[in-house]
Amino acid sequence: MIDIGLLLFLLVVAIAIVKVRDLFAAAMLFAIYSLLSAALFAVLDAGDVALTEAAVGAGFSTILVLAVLALARRYEHPTGGHNLLALFVVGVTGAALIYATLDLPEFGAADNPAQIHVGPHYIEQSYPDMGVPNMVAAVLASYRSIDTMGEVFVIFAAALGVYALLSVKPRRRQFVLPRRPRSGKARDEDDES
Amino acid sequence: MTDNGILRIIARFLIPFIMLFGLYIQFHGEYSPGGGFQAGIVVAAGWILFALIYGLKAGLEVIPEKAMYWLAAAGALIYALTGVASVLLGGRYLDFYAFEAFFNTPQAAQQFGIITVEFGVGLTVATVVMLIYTFFVRRKSEWDEVMRGSDAE
Repeated sequence: MIDIGLLLFLLVVAIAIVKVRDLFAAAMLFAIYSLLSAALFAVLDAGDVALTEAAVGAGFSTILVLAVLALARRYEHPTGGHNLLALFVVGVTGAALIYATLDLPEFGAADNPAQIHVGPHYIEQSYPDMGVPNMVAAVLASYRSIDTMGEVFVIFAAALGVYALLSVKPRRRQFVLPRRPRSGKARDEDDES
Repeated sequence: MTDNGILRIIARFLIPFIMLFGLYIQFHGEYSPGGGFQAGIVVAAGWILFALIYGLKAGLEVIPEKAMYWLAAAGALIYALTGVASVLLGGRYLDFYAFEAFFNTPQAAQQFGIITVEFGVGLTVATVVMLIYTFFVRRKSEWDEVMRGSDAE
């Protein structure tokens, strides 16, 4: 019951994000969306994922989006007309995905493929192997340690990437480009200068 | 935001608790939900709150930017070198049973390995988050400077 309510709220917030033109409001709505997802994970007893979603999705992503918004304009450019082809593609993909869910095994059933592969081994062995009650920590840091090391290096690389992009000092455009349709990013910069 | 008294007092009150919670989910991560990734973000969030209220300059006095670069690399290296250490002790890469020589039980060796690599994860995540925030805030002030220069022309 409570997850149906949360999913309903998620839907409302998602539609609001699409509709709203004020980007600050959209950033806040995204934070609410992440917080609702975190609540949903908590309902599913996935404490570690809920904590991550709340900290990264609702917290850090929002700060990053706000930091970018400080550099960009507050309101979205209105785009005229409807793209029927895009609507068609989205509709067909969505229908296909919903159709595919009919083939999924029953939620939480004991004979699901996820429950009969390595899962039972981790559940039975992680405490005798390591004496660590939190199985997620045991899998993350020990059984799948090399994967986690890769994640750490990805995060480190992200910092290097942002540094490489933003360490170049911003420069005012010296000349006015001729008026022709360009990508949204370039147009925004022109408007600022 | 630096001159708003309510924000200053509330932030001063909240930041120690945020940091304490970060340390809790870092070092209690094998017992309860949590671990290096979440703890790093929470600790960095405490610092970002401080930098938001008191300004980036005050934030960088708490932890200099240079220290962040070093710590971000150090966290990743702690992780990788734990693996190298396990190889040198005769195990496979990141096989924590190799540390059994120093402990009474294999479980203790595993826990030592988990806590060490999670500490590395937390260090890298916290400093990377702080660094990215610093880059963006600095970009904003640089951008404002360029704009001011163009107005004067």
